[in-house]
Amino acid sequence: MLRYIKHNMSEIAGIEIYPIISLLIFVAFFAIVIWRTYRISKSETARFSQIPLDEDEKYLNDNEDNRKS
Amino acid sequence: MEVSRINYDNKIVKYFAYATITWGAIGMLVGLIAALQLAFPNFFNDYLGFKYLSFGRIRPLHTNAVIFAFVGNGIFTGVYYSMQRLLKTRMWSDKLSYINFWGWQLIILSAVITLPMGYTTSKEYAELEWPIDIAITLLWVVFGWNMFATILVRRVQHIYTAIWFYIATFVTVAVLHIFNSFELPVHFLKSYSWYAGVQDALVQWWYGHNAVAFFLTTPYLGLMYYFVPKAANRPIYSYKLSIIHFWALIFIYIWAGPHHLLYTSLPDWAQSLGVVFSIMLIAPSWGGMLNGLLTLRGAWDKVRDNVVLKFMVVALTAYGMATFEGPLLSLKSVNSISHFTDWTIAHVHVGGLGWNGMLTFGMLYFLFPRLFKRELYSKRLANAHFWIATLGIILWAVPMYWAGFSQGLMWQEFNPDGTLANPDFLETVNALEPFYIMRAFGGLIYIIGVLMMSYNLFKTAKMGSFSNNETVEVTNSRNQKIPKGEYWHRPIERKPVQLMILSIIVILIGGAVEIIPTLTVKSNIKTISQVKPLTPLELEGRDIYIREGCNNCHSQMVRPLRFETERYGEYSKAGEFVYDHPFLWGSKRTGPDLAREGGLRSDSWHYGHLLIPKQWSPGSIMPAYPWLAEDALNTSDLKTKIAVMRDLGVPYPEGYEEEAHKDLKKQANEIAGRIVKDLSQQKGSVKVETVSDKEIVAIIAYLQRLGTDIKAVPENDQEQEKSTELTEKTE
Repeated sequence: MLRYIKHNMSEIAGIEIYPIISLLIFVAFFAIVIWRTYRISKSETARFSQIPLDEDEKYLNDNEDNRKS
Repeated sequence: MEVSRINYDNKIVKYFAYATITWGAIGMLVGLIAALQLAFPNFFNDYLGFKYLSFGRIRPLHTNAVIFAFVGNGIFTGVYYSMQRLLKTRMWSDKLSYINFWGWQLIILSAVITLPMGYTTSKEYAELEWPIDIAITLLWVVFGWNMFATILVRRVQHIYTAIWFYIATFVTVAVLHIFNSFELPVHFLKSYSWYAGVQDALVQWWYGHNAVAFFLTTPYLGLMYYFVPKAANRPIYSYKLSIIHFWALIFIYIWAGPHHLLYTSLPDWAQSLGVVFSIMLIAPSWGGMLNGLLTLRGAWDKVRDNVVLKFMVVALTAYGMATFEGPLLSLKSVNSISHFTDWTIAHVHVGGLGWNGMLTFGMLYFLFPRLFKRELYSKRLANAHFWIATLGIILWAVPMYWAGFSQGLMWQEFNPDGTLANPDFLETVNALEPFYIMRAFGGLIYIIGVLMMSYNLFKTAKMGSFSNNETVEVTNSRNQKIPKGEYWHRPIERKPVQLMILSIIVILIGGAVEIIPTLTVKSNIKTISQVKPLTPLELEGRDIYIREGCNNCHSQMVRPLRFETERYGEYSKAGEFVYDHPFLWGSKRTGPDLAREGGLRSDSWHYGHLLIPKQWSPGSIMPAYPWLAEDALNTSDLKTKIAVMRDLGVPYPEGYEEEAHKDLKKQANEIAGRIVKDLSQQKGSVKVETVSDKEIVAIIAYLQRLGTDIKAVPENDQEQEKSTELTEKTE
């Protein structure tokens, strides 16, 4: 099946470099994003991860020891 | 900062929670009935052989009910609860909230009515017919509109991770649903897919796989990011990881659809892309799982006492197992064993019962005490539910894994002389009977757990006090000053429109790269000159095949593997399906493949077999279809069907619909004649006239046509085709 694609694609000069370029772009982009995210300081994100806990409602305890007998 | 007193809408959350419980119990019960049909086929054939209850019709009802009714309502429950609190605002419009609720229940109800009646498109998890498809689209817009408007009027600046997942869910499900539902109506409850054969298969599994991704996974990950920290009362393990998790998951998931079509007639390059991205998918999936589990780091003692956390831990573990297994299953070597067997069924149930089920239960046990302002009626009962549910999952999954391995290996087994070790397909089915019984038992136990939960929550609700509105005081921090030098992702986290647009771009890349070339580049699907459109009678027969849901148990796809071609014949080519609107390749072989069925057996064999399967193939677990021989074939839509097919590109000559009826009668009489001739030797009571106008003749005509186009090639040509594919000409 692949040979039909290969046949059509072989018409384009220098086609072999395309998939390598695609792969490099993909990997580079991914690496940069991971690197930059890793560099974010924890103090910056700490308050955002607190958001779900930062509510005004009364917190009911699910613990066993609070159970009514 | 401005402080305001606002009301959260708790009533909508309660409504969706009740709907989740109710539909969950119903959907699972339908699944239990389907499981019992496979375990005790004779009982069902003898005592409960109603057409509305036959396996092919209720299997889609089970999948739709569990996915869209149980999990769907579960999503809305969690989203409506968490969004109001995360954004410190009531839902933007109560009217839209309740349209969302009642509309969704109506859609489910319409599925409950139409699917058993046989109104189906046959495309998995997209079986509902076109008017319901339109209703789903409108309803989804209502949901998205309400959600987005709520986000825009929020009282906080920052949008928490959970909501990114909700946004991605909204946009992607919309894209998937719309593109997979392109179909041309024949009448109010019948349509043909816009795409044919290979293209239809690719679009369907791009949809099907991402229904798993964006309906069963991303919204539930959003719920996980909210409810796990809430239940544990600690922040998520790593906020930074959640950034990577989110973008990597939604980008990579969308490419993986073709792994459902390995070794089929789908072009190889698309299959390879599907495999590569499926393997990569382990990383973000496990990133998400670890982020959830590690939230409990240093607080595992809480899990011992907190039933909500217990459910969530098992849910995350099941998620981890299912997302490790998924990439394994997409390896071609594993897939050649697993595909079409119960292994796939086991895999999805680890996800369904484990991940979605347990997370939903945990969420409900978390919500009810808060909504009804009292402790859970019985923690002991909830704990019992936890254990019984976990046991149910194990009892469900282990036998099905076993069944899957056994059957897959039995299909592949060869004798030393090169013949198939199990040439009779039924041998491989009958070997599974004990596993089917165990599986039904596992399902029963799991449902008992659900009933225990329903009772517990119902009692909690009854003894508690509920108010429709929960009043809270909130501070509006929306217009806080933005600090200089914020990190790169931070602007996206406070700009929902940007986040949505980026999400759309990210999810469109994979779909576009795979689908556009398959739809547009002709060389991907080579036409075969011998493949001709179905005759009118065969076309009607095909619609009965779809109505009865035969594709739920029978594939029409011979893979190019020796054990397949030895059993079924020549492997399937892309060009054979160019007129297949929709494609009917199937995804599970509870019965044998039918791609080469045509001409293998006599018409009278099919007649007898459809009426009493076990009499003609002893040990068969197929349901009997007596109504096919009783109900007259309705041909009133034949003209429209031919015209619609022609509009879709099937080359029926202009004006053929006028002659179609005559051709149909002629072919029906021929088939009926052969059946009567054969059967008269045995019974002598059937007449040609009483057989020829029945539905059974149409479906026999269709079955006898399957694969015959290829077989029609003269012997020497076929040899040539095998080696050079000469007959597949590129246009």
